[in-house]
Amino acid sequence: MSESRASHEVTRHEPAGAVGPSELPERFENPGLPPHRPRLTDEDPAAARRATLQVAALFGLSVLGTIGLIVAYVLVRPGDTVASVRTSTMVLGGALFLVLFGIGAAAIHWAKTLMSDRDVVEERHPQKSPPEVREGAVAVLEEGAEDSGIARRGVLKGAMISALALFPLSLAVPLVGEVGGDWNVGAFRHTMWRKGVRLTKDPSGEPIKASDVTVGSAFHVIPEGLRDSERWIEEKAKAVVLMVRLDPKDLKSEQGEGWSYEGIVAYSKICTHVGCPVALYEQQTHHLLCPCHQSTFDVADGARVVFGPASRPLPQLPITVDDEGYLVAQSDFHEPIGPSFWERLK
Amino acid sequence: MKAIADRRHHRMAPVVLLMLALFVTGAVYAALSPSPAEAAAVSEDDVAAGQALFRANCATCHGTDAEGRGNAPSLVGVGAAAVDFQVSTGRMPMQATGPQAPSKPPVFDAEEVRRLAAYVASLAPGPAVPTDEQVDPALGDPANGMALFRTNCAMCHGAIGKGGALTQGKYAPSLASTSPRNVYQAMLTGPGSMPVFNDANLTPEDKRDVIAFLDQQHQGSPGGTDLGAVGPVVEGLWVWIVGMGALIGAAVWIGAKSA
Repeated sequence: MSESRASHEVTRHEPAGAVGPSELPERFENPGLPPHRPRLTDEDPAAARRATLQVAALFGLSVLGTIGLIVAYVLVRPGDTVASVRTSTMVLGGALFLVLFGIGAAAIHWAKTLMSDRDVVEERHPQKSPPEVREGAVAVLEEGAEDSGIARRGVLKGAMISALALFPLSLAVPLVGEVGGDWNVGAFRHTMWRKGVRLTKDPSGEPIKASDVTVGSAFHVIPEGLRDSERWIEEKAKAVVLMVRLDPKDLKSEQGEGWSYEGIVAYSKICTHVGCPVALYEQQTHHLLCPCHQSTFDVADGARVVFGPASRPLPQLPITVDDEGYLVAQSDFHEPIGPSFWERLK
Repeated sequence: MKAIADRRHHRMAPVVLLMLALFVTGAVYAALSPSPAEAAAVSEDDVAAGQALFRANCATCHGTDAEGRGNAPSLVGVGAAAVDFQVSTGRMPMQATGPQAPSKPPVFDAEEVRRLAAYVASLAPGPAVPTDEQVDPALGDPANGMALFRTNCAMCHGAIGKGGALTQGKYAPSLASTSPRNVYQAMLTGPGSMPVFNDANLTPEDKRDVIAFLDQQHQGSPGGTDLGAVGPVVEGLWVWIVGMGALIGAAVWIGAKSA
């Protein structure tokens, strides 16, 4: 269709016979709007009446939905059981769907079938104001500037510009100052673990006897007295430990001589990649998997990284037992736990 | 009788016959199928019968005296709980080697499982099958169970026990349809990749609290469909890709469609 029109334009501009692929006309004439094709509802009054009824029915559906929603709100109250909450939510949601779908579908159906679908061209009006209006505005501004005396009194100009330039600092300094909360990276270097601090169960805080940790067990451990600490949740985020017992003959290596106790090893639970809690322990392979990025550590081999993006092993917590047979820490971790940060090894 | 015979060519006759046949089959099955065994006392006969079952079905891998060989572990000292868990969930006997023994319809009925467990328990002391009272969700505290589940279980089994992936084809199974008894036994014995949570780590009351928490999850999601309850990534994918994709598609369709 457009091709035939184009050739028609060409023949109108050029003498017949001189048309070639390289001799395009300098300017195509605006082909104008395509002819309007009447719709069924434009020509058949019965069809138009039908469409009107359909639109009205869709609006009616929305009205029914609103009534239904109010009725459901009154009658179907969420009770104590999960099932009753679910029923209430779903009835309200279904009614709300009818309310909004009815209005939306009616609007579209109305526009598509009954409103005029003739293409209309609306020319852009010029954005520039008429010259006399522009000159008037300039005159008013100049008069104002003359009246304020800003050109004559230089000290006022300087004072005003200084005040306006400095004002954003009153917002920016508190905002930037709060970013990041704590700029003291030294807080990441140490945890609550000290010599003699007992290993206790998370969340109950009961101490753990070495004899209770059977081969194949996994204990999620927090330091004793964690809850008494002032900022216990931050301390917990740094100090959490996963403790497992391996058959001593499976234990290939550890990070320090004598850091384990009869096959019981304790490693920081904070991934050295980006700090997710690493706790998916596979008893048979002794692998510890991080759920975020699949870093895998071999607990039997000094928490060596066997897979994934982590760049170094999880720090090991040196442990031993006290006089009563409870597991205690020998010291804090010997390196900062968790992901890298600037000045980590300073 | 004649009235029925007259209607034998009726359109609905096959449907009625089918329903009748299904009902009769169900009734006969309900009457004849073995009922779940009660935790009966173990007798010498049970141990002997269990040994015969073991020799016939398990000894190929685990050895004639359950001493283990190759990849099959020794079963001396694993206790009745481990046997009951592995066999009643169909994980043992294994159908094929693989990264993990999957749960499947059990090969043995409850009575046979009890005998097998009695035999293995007779080899050396080990954890026993828990009593009904130990695993009754109604007696547990779901709030404490949630705290324990979150710390000890959720990293592998997901926040509400819908399971999740591990390494190299292994996975933590969904707990949605695991019986309370099997949940207890799994904590006690640490099957497969799962670590052991002995009674010093999670006391029997703690285990029952975990079971009570899992039992609460059976009530489903208060918001309607839970999209598998795998976590925020899946829900985000649904909203951003499926949900918003459908909205954009609908908008394009409305614009393109003529009246």
